[in-house]
Amino acid sequence: MIFNFPFIAVAALIIVGLYAVVFRKNLIKMIIGITIIESGVNLFLITLGYREGSIAPIYTSSPGGIMSLPVPQALTLTSIVIGVAVLALMLSLVIHIYRHYNTLDVRKIGGGEE
Amino acid sequence: MNALDFIIANSPIFAVAIPLLGAFLTPIFGRINDKLRNIFAITIMIITTSIVFILAYDVITNGIRTYIFGAQDLTLPVVRILFEVDAMSSFMAIISVVLALVALIYSWAFMKENTGLDKYYTLLLLMTAGMLGMELTGDMFNFFVFLEITSISSAALVAFWINKGKSVEAGFKYIVISTIGALFVLFSVALFYGQYNALNMAIIAHSIQFSFLDKIALVLLIGALAMKAGIVPLHMWLPDAYSKAPSSITLILVGVTQASLYGLLRVCFTIYGKMITLSSISIGWILVLFGIVTILLGVIMAIAQSDLKRLIAFAAVGEIGYMILGIGTGLVTMSPDISAAGLTALKGGIFHIMNDALDVGLMFLVAGAIFYATRETSLDRLGGLARNMKYTTVFFIIGLLAVSGLPPMNGFASKLLIYESTYQLNPILAIIAILSSILLLAIFVKVLHSAFLGPALPRFNEVKEVPKSMLFAMAIIAGMIIIFGIFPDIVVNNIVEPAANALVDNAGYISKIMSLAGGA
Repeated sequence: MIFNFPFIAVAALIIVGLYAVVFRKNLIKMIIGITIIESGVNLFLITLGYREGSIAPIYTSSPGGIMSLPVPQALTLTSIVIGVAVLALMLSLVIHIYRHYNTLDVRKIGGGEE
Repeated sequence: MNALDFIIANSPIFAVAIPLLGAFLTPIFGRINDKLRNIFAITIMIITTSIVFILAYDVITNGIRTYIFGAQDLTLPVVRILFEVDAMSSFMAIISVVLALVALIYSWAFMKENTGLDKYYTLLLLMTAGMLGMELTGDMFNFFVFLEITSISSAALVAFWINKGKSVEAGFKYIVISTIGALFVLFSVALFYGQYNALNMAIIAHSIQFSFLDKIALVLLIGALAMKAGIVPLHMWLPDAYSKAPSSITLILVGVTQASLYGLLRVCFTIYGKMITLSSISIGWILVLFGIVTILLGVIMAIAQSDLKRLIAFAAVGEIGYMILGIGTGLVTMSPDISAAGLTALKGGIFHIMNDALDVGLMFLVAGAIFYATRETSLDRLGGLARNMKYTTVFFIIGLLAVSGLPPMNGFASKLLIYESTYQLNPILAIIAILSSILLLAIFVKVLHSAFLGPALPRFNEVKEVPKSMLFAMAIIAGMIIIFGIFPDIVVNNIVEPAANALVDNAGYISKIMSLAGGA
């Protein structure tokens, strides 16, 4: 792989995501940040299992040659499924927060008596 | 006899599978009848509890148990998911199931007037399954999956009272923190997998080289799990989540934080266990430092609170500090060799995990009872409740004595072990710990005075004692507090000491898997 490009992309994605979570004031943008971190981690897992010029790890009528490792792909699939569940829960909580406070700005949420 | 053997042989998987299956069957029973659903959920929990006790008994008498998914034998390289249960795992599993069972009994009356209870019971059982999975698994990726199951269900339960903006906000905070933490865990799992081609904790611990990447993974894991365990300075989500969740859920949340703490211990002692016995004492000192800061900050913040549940939540932060202090002291004193003083500290820390769950749990249940009776949690507006709520007052006093570590309650037994061993390490640490306990006593005496004593308030004239199921749940915990306080040896010798030994013995943990796999 040229210049370990995927790993640089992983680092960039995670840093961008963390930046969004920490510094953005809009809840939806924070959630987008979390999703970006998750994509970075998933990309990292997939990259670990990839070898240059490898084929999909299917043994039946395989043409031969090296195969990429299937375990990280299985892990990534699981992680994607979990990510969808978390994303759905976070967005539904945001909907309720919006109903209560009429804003998505973190600085304006949570004040006052309930 | 065959049936019993079958249960014992499969108990690790039953402990997770039964609540998981029960969780998704609960809504079906809920369609028929509410009472039937509650009975069903409690039955499922009782079965799980007995299986965990059987498993724990088996583990403590016969040593580490493994359960391999989908095969009889292991082959190298190990790609199978497996559960590995040692005395520490079973100790934590006992705490989790007891808390979940008490919470279910408490919920019967406490949550009765709420709607959407089918989902409540489903999530509650899911949360228990997740916690047990975290504690029993021997596989890093599996740990991540159960961590996420626990996070999702507990975040949904923290936000269960969705008509209140603050609880939704607390739930959102919790899920954001948990997700980022879990992604850090997944990233370090990937770091391990990239280097050692293994996901199994024992195999990683066997082949770990302490490379630069391993250090990054250690930092990420400790950061993520300390965040979920509520250690200062990563505790900011905890008071919100604890105080805004329904009290029955807070009780289980205490168990969830402790399951994360267990993950932290597993990482420090098992995966990086060789590093401890090699030379570095820095992890121990870092834990001691965090412990002291956590105690101080938790207790000092608790003084300033006027909301009862928030006050208890900060006290809970302080209590977490005691565990960390005990465990850190253990790590420091046993860094060259395993010493008796180190084991005492470790025993104190581990025993305090159980005592904290009971003491703080009882306090939260009492706070829930007050809320149930008066619809009020602010200390400024409460008063004179002892007139109408005799039993609750008694339970509160028991909890008060236990949290502040006074004899004859269980808090005293474990805190004494911690004081003793930290005094040998550095007297100042012990002094800070004792002073903080005294402060906790002062804080809770203030609560006793402002909530239960004082003149009768006219608007609380109609207040009645809480229903029997809530009293029964509190009585179970109060009974355990007193019994463990008067006879601490029963618990210390039978489950705490094996747990401490199992935690230290990482060679045994590793060799069990290596011998199964037929490797070196």
